[in-house]
Amino acid sequence: MASLWEYANPVKFMKTTGWLLPVTAVLAAVSVVTGLIWGFFFTPDDFRQGSTVKIIFLHVPSALMAINAWAMMLVASLIWLIRRHHVSALAAKAAGPIGATMTLIALITGAIWGQPMWGTWWVWDPRLTSFLILFMFYIGYIALWSAIDDPDTAADLTSVLCLVGSVFAILSRYAAIFWNQGLHQGASLSVAPGTRMDWSYKGPLYLCMIGFGLMFVALVLAGTRTEIRARRIKALLTRERAQG
Amino acid sequence: MMPDLGTYATEITLAYAASLTMIAALILWIWARARRVKQTLTSLETRLNRTS
Repeated sequence: MASLWEYANPVKFMKTTGWLLPVTAVLAAVSVVTGLIWGFFFTPDDFRQGSTVKIIFLHVPSALMAINAWAMMLVASLIWLIRRHHVSALAAKAAGPIGATMTLIALITGAIWGQPMWGTWWVWDPRLTSFLILFMFYIGYIALWSAIDDPDTAADLTSVLCLVGSVFAILSRYAAIFWNQGLHQGASLSVAPGTRMDWSYKGPLYLCMIGFGLMFVALVLAGTRTEIRARRIKALLTRERAQG
Repeated sequence: MMPDLGTYATEITLAYAASLTMIAALILWIWARARRVKQTLTSLETRLNRTS
């Protein structure tokens, strides 16, 4: 079996993702479309929240991916800092806009859901606030990559920012437990006995979560391939200039 | 075929429309950038191969 580190080689990475990307993209599209159609058209109203429960099929998967995207960026950043593999730094860079979009979707769908259920679009609840800060970290991360011309320096500084932002990624996941206050409920899904959600909701929700995960992987692979090509363009232009 | 969303029809439709628009915009942006960068690299490599 090939070592994981072989994929730090851009040629190997491009070759493998050449077939992996379309497969992941098709699986993601099928899962997301099926999950959302199932959730939107074929789930009953909740006894307390009525039809607004249908927002869960977008809100929970996007919130999950908002946190997991940062976790992936953290791992990739640590690999860059420790082993200096360029592909890992470029993968983290590619994940930034995707994570930011997922966080924004979670914030917007949460606000739209909160208005009829809580009577307010926004409240400075621990989970909501930590998610807003996480979104700002995403914006800062993307801005920092754009602001620094030297790619290695940009990778170093964004990796450090990623380490700092990880505190808020963890807080946004466990805020409701840590502070035990605020309007936002705890985890929607739990492995603990005495399940809180019926399978008529769990089925499409799991499918949407898998679909959003696969969509994230597909988009990161596509983004990383582009970053590798952009880096090659830069290297070729530099070499051409040096040769006069 | 449209389910009866009751009094919350506006909120649910808005949530789905906003989310799907953002996802579509993200995919389009990544796809367009990938295409542009790939074309630039191909033309650059062709030009460099010709000159060398």
